[in-house]
Amino acid sequence: MANESEFKESAPQITFEQAIANLRQTEDIGDRYYAAWWLGRFGTGEPEVINLLLVALEDTQDRAPDGGFPLRRNAARALGKIGNPSVVSALIASLECSDYYVREAAAQSLEALNATESVEKLVSLLAGGVEAAIEVPGKPHLVQPYNAILEALGRLGDTHIVPIVEPFLAHSTVQVKNAAARAMYQLTGQGSYAERLVETLQCDDLQLRRSALLDLGEIGYLPAAAAIAETLAENSIKLIALRGVLEKEISAANHLVSSQTCDVMKLMDSLL
Amino acid sequence: MSESNLLLQQRLRAVEAADCAQELLDSVEALAALADEGAVDALIRVLGYNNPGAAVAAVDGLIKIGTPAASALLTQIDGYNYGARAWALRVLSGIGDPRGLDLILETAVEDFSLSVRRAAARGLGAIQWEKLPKERREQEQSRVIQSLITVLEDVEWVVRYGAVVGLEGVAIAAAQEGFVALADPIVGGLSDRIKKDDTLAVQARAQWALSQIQLLEQH
Repeated sequence: MANESEFKESAPQITFEQAIANLRQTEDIGDRYYAAWWLGRFGTGEPEVINLLLVALEDTQDRAPDGGFPLRRNAARALGKIGNPSVVSALIASLECSDYYVREAAAQSLEALNATESVEKLVSLLAGGVEAAIEVPGKPHLVQPYNAILEALGRLGDTHIVPIVEPFLAHSTVQVKNAAARAMYQLTGQGSYAERLVETLQCDDLQLRRSALLDLGEIGYLPAAAAIAETLAENSIKLIALRGVLEKEISAANHLVSSQTCDVMKLMDSLL
Repeated sequence: MSESNLLLQQRLRAVEAADCAQELLDSVEALAALADEGAVDALIRVLGYNNPGAAVAAVDGLIKIGTPAASALLTQIDGYNYGARAWALRVLSGIGDPRGLDLILETAVEDFSLSVRRAAARGLGAIQWEKLPKERREQEQSRVIQSLITVLEDVEWVVRYGAVVGLEGVAIAAAQEGFVALADPIVGGLSDRIKKDDTLAVQARAQWALSQIQLLEQH
C-alpha cells in the first residue's frame, strides 16, 4: 500500500512568499528549482508568479551534466498547471529547446492549457515520421517526446492530422503505439483504436497495464468499463480510470444517473 | 485426515516454502481460495510480509473467512506496524464485524492512507448489524452516520465516493430496522454532495444513492 503514492500531501516546507523570493533570486540554483516546482503544485496564477516562471523558462544558469536545463523543465510543468493563454507562445517556443525533457513538459502543458494554436508546431516535431523516431544513442529516450506530442495532438488536433498520427500505430515502442492509438480514437471517435488499449490491459507488463488503464480513463471509453475493473492492477488506478469513463458518459448524456452510469458505478463500488 | 484438511495442510506448506514473490502470491491465492478457518494465522502473517500482491490475496481470503478472521485480528492488531495494520483494517472493514466498529470509524476519518480510509468508509455501510443487540443498533447506526458525514468532506474524491456508498448502506440497514429518523441526516449529506462536490463522479454516486433511499421511503 505504501507504494501506491497515495498518502496525504505532506505540509509544504516553505511559504508562498518564500517561494516567490526563492524563484526571483539567482544565487541558489537548488532553491530556485524547488520554488518553481512548489509554485506549480501549490501556487495560483497571479501575474507575478506567471512572470517569474516565464523568466525561469529561459534560464541558462541551471545546467544538468548532460547539458539539460532543469529549471526550465520545472517552469514548463508549473506553467501547465497554473498558467493561462498568455503563456502559450512561450511554451510553443520551448518546443524548440535542445533539452528533451523541456520539450516533453512543454507539450504536456500545452495539452493541459488546451492550446489548439500549438498543433502546427507539435506536428512539426513529428517530421520524418516513424523512420525518424529512433533512440538517441546513449540516452534513455527517443529523439522526440513522442508520447507527449501524440497525446497532445489527440486532444488538440482535428481530423486533418490523422495521416500524420496514424503511422505511429506501427512504432516499435509499445508506449508510442498506445499514445498513437489514444490520439487516433480522440481524433476519429472509432472504437477500433480504443480497443487496442483494451488489449494492452491483458499484457504481462504491469507498467503498460497501468498506463493503458489511465489512457482509457482519459479518453473515457465506456465499452472498456468491465475490462478495466478486471485488469490485474491496483484498485486505486482502476478507480481513477473508471471515474474518467463515468464522467465522460455524464458529460455526453448530460445526466448524472442513467443505466450506463449506474453500470460503471457498480463496478467502482466493487473496487472500493 | 479428511480430504479437505489434507488440502489445507498442503497449501499451508506451500506458502511457507515459497521463496520468491511470484511463488508467494500464487500459494497465498491458492490458500485464500479455500476460505478455511484453519488458514487464518498463515494469511495474517502474510499481511506483514511487505508484498502488496500477496497481501491483497490474503485480505480477500480473510474477508471470505469472516468472523474467525475478525476475532483473530482484533486481538492482535495493537501490536502491528503501520503496513500490517493498514491491511488488517481493510480486512475488518470488509468483514463488517461490529466488534471492530470503533476501529473502522476511526480509520475512515483519520487514517493516513487514502485507500484505507476508502475501504473503511465503504465498510461502514456493510456492518453486520444483526450481530449487535437490537437495543444498541439505532444509537450505533447514528454514530456511523455522523462519522460518514464528516468523511463526505475528505480531501480525496475516492474517499468521499466511498462515504456516499457507506451512507447508502447504512440508510438501507436503518430502513429495515424501521429507524425512520436516521434517514434525514443521510439525505441532507447526500443532497449537499450533489450540489457542491467538485467531482462529477461523487455527485453522480450521491444522486444515485439518494434516489435509492427515496425509493425505500416510499415502500
